[in-house]
Amino acid sequence: MTEFVRDSLDHCVKCTICESFCPYSQATPLFPGPKYVGPQAERFRRTGVSPDISVDYCSGCGICTQVCPQGVKIAEINSQARAQLWEERGIPLRNQLIARPSVLGRLGTPVAPLANWTLRNRVLRRIGERALGIHRDAALPRFAGRTFQRWARKHVSPAAERTVVYFHACGTNYYEPSVGQMTVEVLEHNGFHVVVPPQDCCGLPLQSNGNFPAARAYVRRLAANLAPYAREGCAIVSNSTSCGLMLKREAREILDVEDEDVAVVSEAMYDLCEFLFLLHERGELRTDFAPLELTVPYHAPCQQQGHGIGKPALDLFALVPGLQAIELDADCCGIAGTYGLKKEKYEISMTVGERLFSQLRESNGDVAACDSETCRWQIEHGAGIHAVHPIEVLHRAYGLGH
Amino acid sequence: MPTLETEVLVVGGGSTGAGVARDAAMRGFATILVERGDLATGTTGRFHGLLHSGGRYAVKDPVAARECVVENPILRRTAADCIEDTGGLFVSTRWDDPGFGDDFLRGCQATGIPVEEVPVAEVLRREPRLDQGITRAFAVPDANLDPWKLVSACTRSATEYGARILPYHRVLGLEVSDDKVVGARVHNEVAGDELEIRAELVINAAGAWAGQIANLAGCVVTVLPGKGIMIAMNHRLVNTVINRCKPPSDGDIIVPIRTVSVIGTTDVRVADPDELEVTPGEIDEMLDEGEKLVPGFREARALRVWAGARPLYTPDDVTDTRDVSRTHTVLDHAKRDGVEGFITITGGKTTTFRLMAEHAVDTACEKLGVNRRCRTHEEPLPGSEEERFYWLGARVRAQEPVPNSEEIICECELITRRQLTEAIARGRPAGLDDVRRRVRLAMGPCQGGFCIYRATGILHEFEHLDHQAANSALLDFLQERWKGVQPILHGDQLRQARLDDWIFQGLLAVEHLPE
Repeated sequence: MTEFVRDSLDHCVKCTICESFCPYSQATPLFPGPKYVGPQAERFRRTGVSPDISVDYCSGCGICTQVCPQGVKIAEINSQARAQLWEERGIPLRNQLIARPSVLGRLGTPVAPLANWTLRNRVLRRIGERALGIHRDAALPRFAGRTFQRWARKHVSPAAERTVVYFHACGTNYYEPSVGQMTVEVLEHNGFHVVVPPQDCCGLPLQSNGNFPAARAYVRRLAANLAPYAREGCAIVSNSTSCGLMLKREAREILDVEDEDVAVVSEAMYDLCEFLFLLHERGELRTDFAPLELTVPYHAPCQQQGHGIGKPALDLFALVPGLQAIELDADCCGIAGTYGLKKEKYEISMTVGERLFSQLRESNGDVAACDSETCRWQIEHGAGIHAVHPIEVLHRAYGLGH
Repeated sequence: MPTLETEVLVVGGGSTGAGVARDAAMRGFATILVERGDLATGTTGRFHGLLHSGGRYAVKDPVAARECVVENPILRRTAADCIEDTGGLFVSTRWDDPGFGDDFLRGCQATGIPVEEVPVAEVLRREPRLDQGITRAFAVPDANLDPWKLVSACTRSATEYGARILPYHRVLGLEVSDDKVVGARVHNEVAGDELEIRAELVINAAGAWAGQIANLAGCVVTVLPGKGIMIAMNHRLVNTVINRCKPPSDGDIIVPIRTVSVIGTTDVRVADPDELEVTPGEIDEMLDEGEKLVPGFREARALRVWAGARPLYTPDDVTDTRDVSRTHTVLDHAKRDGVEGFITITGGKTTTFRLMAEHAVDTACEKLGVNRRCRTHEEPLPGSEEERFYWLGARVRAQEPVPNSEEIICECELITRRQLTEAIARGRPAGLDDVRRRVRLAMGPCQGGFCIYRATGILHEFEHLDHQAANSALLDFLQERWKGVQPILHGDQLRQARLDDWIFQGLLAVEHLPE
């Protein structure tokens, strides 16, 4: 029997808990709320003509699914409805463009200085807003100019008893290769031989922009690259929490991908902090941390919460002497991958993020920590505080700094 | 006693009666319709909502099949707003004799039903929930038909042609003078007073109750009420009408209608159409048959169960109601029983309601000595002038692009405050259950848990009810909803019922409302 995400709407008892948690319906009247567009509107949908455009104002943050006490896959229902909508209407050029980070990365990397200048030029951004619908003020990352893959190809990971596979994802590859290096070094420090297979985009941005066929093709291809290692019993870790979630769960649950490679990879997939803390629970994590006199406000991004693993970053921070971690309780930073880049959604995104931004500002932290790259960029833009992946804090505490 | 005079008095406010009243009014007769309860509360409002292609009758009942073949396209043209063009499929499951498919195909061809065998792979793509083991599939022009919208459109049209529609008027007796029915004594069930209606002709369109009405004129009409139960599932498990390709049997059809899918039905001869018990065995049988078509059916959420009574007229003694033809009969009691001024129209089905009305009014014309042509096959019903089919997404679309701009009272069926007050105003005085039929209030998953108290408040304000009337409106409606939910309580619907119970018993203490 095939399982349908839609079937979970049967569990809805209208309790409205999802609506009271949704940060987006509180920020804009254009989004009527997760219960409305999810289990309710879904009963009025059938293949053919989508009745509602308002479902496009769902950011896909997934908080509704997490808080639903009845097990309704609300965000997943919305995601599928959005895909149906854009399948009928045709996906706008902008959404096609921003949903392909690896294509953009390949284009931007060789001309990084020019690309970075362009993306920060006020005049060109205004033109870009008018021509493409990417908000002039939206936070865009900087091309690093050298890819992580290039570093990884040259890097020789010392032989070790245990091997781990590293899925670094596009953000690390094109914008934050240093995060990838730090990840590899921390894993090696803990006695792993780190394998970095060739890899491309997981398809998540395409999924959230409603292009399911393309997203499926990407995730299948990626899973095919990673599956041989998973079959050998290797764990796969990723510092990109949302892309890791794509492999773990969303490809099967949202994209309905029935693929043996995806299935075996999803079982082997670990979020980086999850992996490290599991090591610690088995007594296998090195705890030779040097004291670190830092105040670090930590934001667990929505997609990280979607893993259902608690907040292992905070558990790891607790192992570092002197480190003052502050757990922030604001839900969402507002970016939701590519949502906050869009002209018509930027203001909503900033309104949603404001609670987190003010918590960050009030925290007087030295640096913020957050597991998701797009959220870090949004935090820096919205709160004006430098934001790093938790691995960077651990890397420093291990004394592995360059 | 107040007296009304009319040419034609129609007894019964189901699809047949409403169709007769409209046809008679369109042919220029002064017409009054009386119905003991709200419109479409008997058999019409209790069927699964299928607009027959005729396929169900293709093999066993070619007369009924041919009627459907004629009426289906007429209704698609004249009642489009009440119809969603889902299309229909007859599928041979692994439990069905694959040879029946050939009989079915021959039957369809012989009776003129547009039919086409569809490759199984294509059917499974279109309806991915269907059991993967189906062996054959045939497409026919089945569709769904919203009975409340249909009756409402008919009576609206009848009113526009000068008819008077009197719901909540129960016939107490027929006035018979010199072997001629000259009128009826009716009781206004709301106001509590009696009324005399003098008519040149009384048309008995009381469906499963037609025998009881005929009795009042001393005529014996044997109508066998054939009980059928139906279960509404929470959402569209299929988007096409799915029939089992086998001889008519229990649980052989799933009809997707509005936001739900309805599985039906049974056929049990009962003595009294007002006593339709639903047994656990029947519910189990429906769910089992549903499971054969759609694996996982049993785990899906069942919203409620109800039963309706088919009006099966038979001149002879027939024990198995399934052997009675689904065609209809017009009885002129002058010829049959020597009673003038009295016609009974019975049998039939909602799909052929228009044809039944046409035949009944043809007989009326004959009896009244006039020759007036029927036009109901040409003139669209109000709301269907543009011949555009109803669309499932319409209510969601109406809320776009900024859905929160209007207060939503019934979240499951998306009914706004304005729609609710309009529905209350459409026929007064209206109870909440009448409003339910007009706009589908409380017919979704929570079965009123979140909207009944809101709707009661609005009714209270709108109709200036005193607290007693408001309280009893609330309690009556809760009772009515509970009746259909209680027999199928399990799984998700049980959880919902617990939450609803906390709301009404825990928060609102409805059992302790002041009398």
